[in-house]
Amino acid sequence: MVSDRGEIMAIKDLPEEEYVLKGHAACPGCPATIALRITLKALGKKTILVIPACCSAVIQSLYPKTSFGVPTLNIAFEASAAAASGVASALKILGEKDITPVVWAGDGGSYDIGIQALSGALERGTDFIYICYNNQMYSNTGIQRSGATPYGAWTTTTWTGKKERQKELAEIVMAHHIPYVATATIAYPEDLYNKMKKAKEMKGPRYIEILTPCPPGWRFDMSKTVEIARLAVETGSWVLYEAINGKVEFTGQSKRILEGKERKPIEDWLKMQGRFRHLKQEDIEKIKRELDEKWEYYRKVMK
Amino acid sequence: MKTAISYPTEGAMGKTGTWRVFRPSIDIGKCIKCWRCWIFCPDAAISKGEYPVIDYEYCKGCGICANECPVNAIEMGREEK
Amino acid sequence: MIVIDTANHISALAAKMARARVIAAYPITPQTTVVEKLAEYVESGELDAEFIRVESEHSAMTACIAAEAMGVRTFTATASHGLLLMHEMLHWAGLARLPIVMVNVNRAIGPGWNIWSDANDSMAQRDTGWLHFYCSSNQEVYDSIIMAYKIAESQEVMLPAMICYDGFILSHTSMPVEVPEQSKIDEFLPEFKPAWKIDVENPITHGNIVEPHYYARIRYDMQVAMERAKKIIEEVGEEWGKKFGRDYGLVQEYKCEDADYVILTMASMAAEAKVAVDELRNKGEKVGLVNLRTHRPMPFERLKYDKIIVIERAVSFGLGGIVYNELKGRVPELYGFIAGIGGMDVSYRDIERMYELAKEGKDGWYPIEVK
Ligand SMILES: Cc1ncc(C[n+]2csc(CCOP(=O)(O)OP(=O)(O)O)c2C)c(N)n1
Ligand code: SF4
Ligand code: SF4
Ligand code: SF4
Repeated sequence: MVSDRGEIMAIKDLPEEEYVLKGHAACPGCPATIALRITLKALGKKTILVIPACCSAVIQSLYPKTSFGVPTLNIAFEASAAAASGVASALKILGEKDITPVVWAGDGGSYDIGIQALSGALERGTDFIYICYNNQMYSNTGIQRSGATPYGAWTTTTWTGKKERQKELAEIVMAHHIPYVATATIAYPEDLYNKMKKAKEMKGPRYIEILTPCPPGWRFDMSKTVEIARLAVETGSWVLYEAINGKVEFTGQSKRILEGKERKPIEDWLKMQGRFRHLKQEDIEKIKRELDEKWEYYRKVMK
Repeated sequence: MKTAISYPTEGAMGKTGTWRVFRPSIDIGKCIKCWRCWIFCPDAAISKGEYPVIDYEYCKGCGICANECPVNAIEMGREEK
Repeated sequence: MIVIDTANHISALAAKMARARVIAAYPITPQTTVVEKLAEYVESGELDAEFIRVESEHSAMTACIAAEAMGVRTFTATASHGLLLMHEMLHWAGLARLPIVMVNVNRAIGPGWNIWSDANDSMAQRDTGWLHFYCSSNQEVYDSIIMAYKIAESQEVMLPAMICYDGFILSHTSMPVEVPEQSKIDEFLPEFKPAWKIDVENPITHGNIVEPHYYARIRYDMQVAMERAKKIIEEVGEEWGKKFGRDYGLVQEYKCEDADYVILTMASMAAEAKVAVDELRNKGEKVGLVNLRTHRPMPFERLKYDKIIVIERAVSFGLGGIVYNELKGRVPELYGFIAGIGGMDVSYRDIERMYELAKEGKDGWYPIEVK
């Protein structure tokens, strides 16, 4: 079923076209490939992917074969948004109007090493979609902490748990006054698909961040990838929203929470993940307190 | 001129079904055709026929399909090798 | 038409006349006026190109790589720290076999901020798979940029090219330059035909994981292309000579036929060395000059002299002169001077002095320590 706003309402209505080919190199239960499958169903054939160093560079499989069915330009870790500027300018010169340059980068390539190029490309109005699939650490290099790793999480560079909070890249991106910013996660394919579609119809810099819980990185069973993504939203740890020309609206479950629906206890989410196994009660209290503060803040600014 | 140019190929990493430890099987008698298993499969190993069809050549046996099926129509059993 | 202008403005003019369609650049002294001029050309509509005002040189090179991978001719310019910041992407451009053309205005590296001429910036990029050209006059800058596109884009080469010249000595000094008509340039330089490109109709992936046995072959192919480039550089230089009256090649020789000693240097020091050679000849010395226009590929086969005195504006710490060491073992009698570091003035008199020192069997850091 399709809504009068052109939005897809049910999974069965998602297109069958497949641009992530079977027999790729991702771990079993990989969230990034789920996210990319849905993304490319929305963006379609006339998409040029730019991919920095990250798991998705590996998932493509080995030369001279690739598991990606849309043209893909791999580029250095910190450079993807600048490469998208190059692609976008070339498309202008070539007179191609309906091809979309799309960056597909991890949180390390977005929050950390690539933030300068990202900010530059946004500020200079590059006509592209930047997608950050956020698995909250560097998984390609063996689970090191990133600017997106949450407080308390074990990684191989924070053996006793990360001591700092994560930053909010989508909010930093919003400070660039771009036409479209959205967050999504793999547990809600229709929401993700519709946001991608909406972004595709617009011009200028567009940013979408997708929470992608990673089984080896977060230490959970590979069958739970989608469940943990869903719980992240239901506990309020991850928030779904979109901002069209700066106007923020919460979507899906997050909207319901904003309107008063009770959040599931964050412990439910934390205890499913080995990366939080070592947390002490006081750590959990701190996480709860900060989560409460975050939602209080949302309620205030979203009024 | 040689540079790292690669071409789209199904099974670029080989028959990834050999990675499988657990094997999903669908009881189509129970299936309500919600297609959650299809959309959540990271390996695009489920296709939309009359009922969902698993491509065992590529299914890595992650169990997401079984975990996400609303009517428990998918069961994970140990792979017989 | 004769244009009297600085090498930087001449660079911008050459990029325009080569019809670069995507330009991405970031300002740095002494390159800034190249970028400013190009921005002006694009904004005034004189040049039909996209100018990407990137936030760094790393992004400038990246954007050129991406645009070039789309099959579009690109141009950028930088210097010193800007070039160093690009280093990672210089390798990327080389391995991706994208014939980007870039100007590097040679400038010293900090700390101790120093904006004067020094070739250590580009010398440190010699292993990135770029063709390296050094220019000794503004005319050479113009000619070299246009030729570089033709050489780099040759199907037998497909490697990026760097045109280097000295900061201030050339970049900000006006000289007369003969500029051919646009139609003549268009005739000389046909439209860019990429060897590969990113295209939605043929959805390839570029740059995914390559295993060692394939990777080694891809790298080997670059070495072979560099070797082939030697022939192409000579051919294109000759063609340029026929069309426009100025012959070029891998090197430029001056009074070398009967020379006992040959001074080998590059960039603006070659112009100064020419004066020195004339002076020395007047005094009866049998000396010649080789202007090493091309540093990569290294034209060993054009450097078959018995006695060479290398004078260079760069050093590899712990080794010494870079070109000097590259020639070591290939020349029966070789002398090496490191001179002009950080923009220290090197006049024809200094070059004459170095020649005298070499004849006494001495060389080293001129004038700091020569023995
Ligand atoms: C300049 C540079 N520094 C470091 C690396 C090594 N490296 C490759 S991928 C990666 C982490 C990627 O993390 P993220 O962007 O979060 O993507 P993920 O691997 O989680 O998919 C790192 C550190 C690199 N390729 N380039
Ligand atoms: S480490 Fe995580 S994100 Fe990376 S391929 Fe494996 S499951 Fe996917
Ligand atoms: S077990 Fe995993 S890989 Fe196999 S069909 Fe189910 S979701 Fe796909
Ligand atoms: S998830 Fe279950 S009910 Fe839905 S289509 Fe798959 S097997 Fe059928």
